[in-house]
Amino acid sequence: MVFLIRVQLREDYSNLIFYLSPLVAVALTLFFGSFIFLILDLSPIESFKIFFMSPISNSYGISELFVKATPLAIIALGLSYCFKNNIYNIGAEGQLTMGAIFGGGIGLLFNDSTSVFLLPLMILFGAIGGAFWATIPAILKTKFNTNEILTSLMLTYVALFILDYFVVGPWKDPAGYGLPKSMPFPDAGRLPVLFDGLRVHIGVYFAIIICFITYIVYNKTLFGFKLKVSGLSSKASQYAGFKYKNLIFYTFIISGACAGLAGLFEVSGPIGLLYRDISPNYGFTAIIVAFLGRLNPFGIILSSLLIALTYLGAEDAQLFLKIPSAVGFVFQGLVLFFLLGTDFLNKYRVFIK
Amino acid sequence: MQSIVEFKNIFKSYPGVIANDDVSFNIKEQSVHAILGENGAGKSTLVKILYGHVKPDSGEILINSDLAIINSPSTAKNLGINMVFQHFSLFESLTVAENLILGMNENISLTKLKDKSKTICDKYGFNLNLNSPISSLSVGQRQSVEIVRSLLNNPKILIMDEPTSVLTPDEISNLFKILKNLVKDGLTVIFISHKLEEIINLSDYVTIMRNGKVVSTISTQNEDPETLGYKMLGYKVSKAKQVRDINFSKDIFNINNLSTQSKDPFTINLNTIDLNLKKGQIFGIAGVAGNGQKELMEILLNENDYEFSGDIIFKDLNINNLSTFQRKSLSISYVTEERLGHSAVPEMSLSENIFLSMNHKREFKKGDFINFEKINSYASDVIKNFNVDTPSYNVKAGKLSGGNLQKFIIGREIMSNPELLILSQPTWGIDAGSEAFIKKTIVELSQKGVSIIIISHDLDELLDVCHQISVLYEGSLSNPLNVENINITKLGKYMGGLFD
Repeated sequence: MVFLIRVQLREDYSNLIFYLSPLVAVALTLFFGSFIFLILDLSPIESFKIFFMSPISNSYGISELFVKATPLAIIALGLSYCFKNNIYNIGAEGQLTMGAIFGGGIGLLFNDSTSVFLLPLMILFGAIGGAFWATIPAILKTKFNTNEILTSLMLTYVALFILDYFVVGPWKDPAGYGLPKSMPFPDAGRLPVLFDGLRVHIGVYFAIIICFITYIVYNKTLFGFKLKVSGLSSKASQYAGFKYKNLIFYTFIISGACAGLAGLFEVSGPIGLLYRDISPNYGFTAIIVAFLGRLNPFGIILSSLLIALTYLGAEDAQLFLKIPSAVGFVFQGLVLFFLLGTDFLNKYRVFIK
Repeated sequence: MQSIVEFKNIFKSYPGVIANDDVSFNIKEQSVHAILGENGAGKSTLVKILYGHVKPDSGEILINSDLAIINSPSTAKNLGINMVFQHFSLFESLTVAENLILGMNENISLTKLKDKSKTICDKYGFNLNLNSPISSLSVGQRQSVEIVRSLLNNPKILIMDEPTSVLTPDEISNLFKILKNLVKDGLTVIFISHKLEEIINLSDYVTIMRNGKVVSTISTQNEDPETLGYKMLGYKVSKAKQVRDINFSKDIFNINNLSTQSKDPFTINLNTIDLNLKKGQIFGIAGVAGNGQKELMEILLNENDYEFSGDIIFKDLNINNLSTFQRKSLSISYVTEERLGHSAVPEMSLSENIFLSMNHKREFKKGDFINFEKINSYASDVIKNFNVDTPSYNVKAGKLSGGNLQKFIIGREIMSNPELLILSQPTWGIDAGSEAFIKKTIVELSQKGVSIIIISHDLDELLDVCHQISVLYEGSLSNPLNVENINITKLGKYMGGLFD
């Protein structure tokens, strides 16, 4: 007896389920995540409390949630432009790094400045740095038809090494006991915090503004329409007279600028200087955030908060449950896995024949 | 004569449609039995059930009065049933003989097979060189290979699914001669078609299907195309009336000396094409598929900066280097062969699909923003004026039937008041009602002074509406023939490449 698993495209797959599937994925993640705690001999309910409740039980925790969610949201909003256009830029981590180098470099160059223009200049250069790094895979794709997944990913490691070079080489803090880090930025180059004593910074406003702009672009503008069409059918996009190569450039530049912005916010906000590990994989995690938020700008804001919580939960779990903080990545992976699974089952009918 | 196949109460449903609804009829031995119906009438499903390709939900098939359970094509072959599909399954780089031996179930040496094939070819007049590779064969010859392959299995029943849609008139008459001889020697042919004249010429009996049901099974002896058409559709179709004797004066569109020199082996190179189109003229480009139609359409649309030499002139302006967008802005409209995924996006609403093609129009934009109000009212007008059957302009394009969507797309282009409309396969695969409506619309449009180019494999369609027809053969375009008093034999020769 041979069992064949057949996969059939559904005639009419549900839009409602498309938007509900992130919730299903989260529920499944919690369900299967509880087995991880059981295997580790921990009570799932207690563990979940520590993982998902205790990190945000006070104002400091909530501030930290927004500190983590801000870069995730900004990067994911930028990435959604690429993903909508079926361009898989997975090098946001590198674009983030390059933004930090460009913007942070300005901060170090004018390290005795007290001008109010220093921070805006740093922000501008942060965005330029990210956009610059993103145009490289865009050029390679449009000129040589290279796969942007590979090039953008590989460029991430190049960017990390460039940062490495600067913080151990020319930009090393002479008073830094030989540690691989730069001098701190001047106060004029630091991102203002929203509340005294808390780390949450004005990057939150940027995230919200980018979210609304993105919503308007997607729903009301010719550019958003072009993205939608070319994401659904490249032939139809040609028929409409849209230049696909231009769209590749624009979407790469937008997502690179967003990632660069997020990188600059990290170094001029919570960190205050340049060193090796400026990002706990925000650029990669933002890919999950973008898809979990269904490439919808408001959805991305929600999913960035949820994923930010896994970062905080992992830290608390390490502290109180004595388990590795990598559990946070396990949860992120599970969410992505179940999300892809529910999407697949929504789009296709699977049966055994 | 005895019945060789009996269908008894066949039911088959797919999600949302009943493909075969209580189908019962008999097929007599040693006859040509046609199955006639529109697209979607259930003909293909029924023969796929007979060939073991599709399982019926219920019902029985008797072969020679014995109940036959046909689970797979190989069971069907063992029962003597063979099928030639509309789309061939041949290996391009292998020779004819090699392709033939691949289809054999029994062990046979290549020399023996060649002898056997040779006998069949000689007896029935297939003109095949067994040693030439498939890639060098014309579509008609490829079909011959498929038929010979079936005949090598000594079939009792041969099913042919729309065999004439890819053939020139000459090739069709040749095929019919062969089929009639085969029937004389004992074969039963089941012939699927929606072309009425063919059925009357070739077949002895015809089963007419409509919406999955059998309307009737009759002898074709006392039928003519009109009576048969009425039975197929259930209503009469008014024919488009073309006024052929308009005095054309002004040149609108010229192609001069257009050639391509692509090195891609899978494209056809165009060879010094000249075309002259007057105001209000409908010009048909006929020819068997794969003779350069795709390449010509690509150059006319200019979606991919296809390289060519020669000139394309629209209203005294050389448009060689103008993009699709710029050409549309000059009031040239296009309807491509593929509806879903090319001239319309199935996942988008009808309104959005209006904007897809009309994004060059300033009235639909406010700066960089889209003016959806204007677009929606344009969409409503298209739906109303072109009889598009849909509840609203918010419906996704993919939900519309082929005919409705085509009416919508053509309506969308016509409402933008083009001066030149270029259509590729405008009525391919759509219901007869929509087909008649579209033909009528095209004719009326030309009477208003719009110039139209139609690229089509369907000769009947071109003969119905065009003023002039040229034939595209291996990248060369024949001199135009006036449709009034057209010589069909000459046209047939042109389609086989016999023109200067």
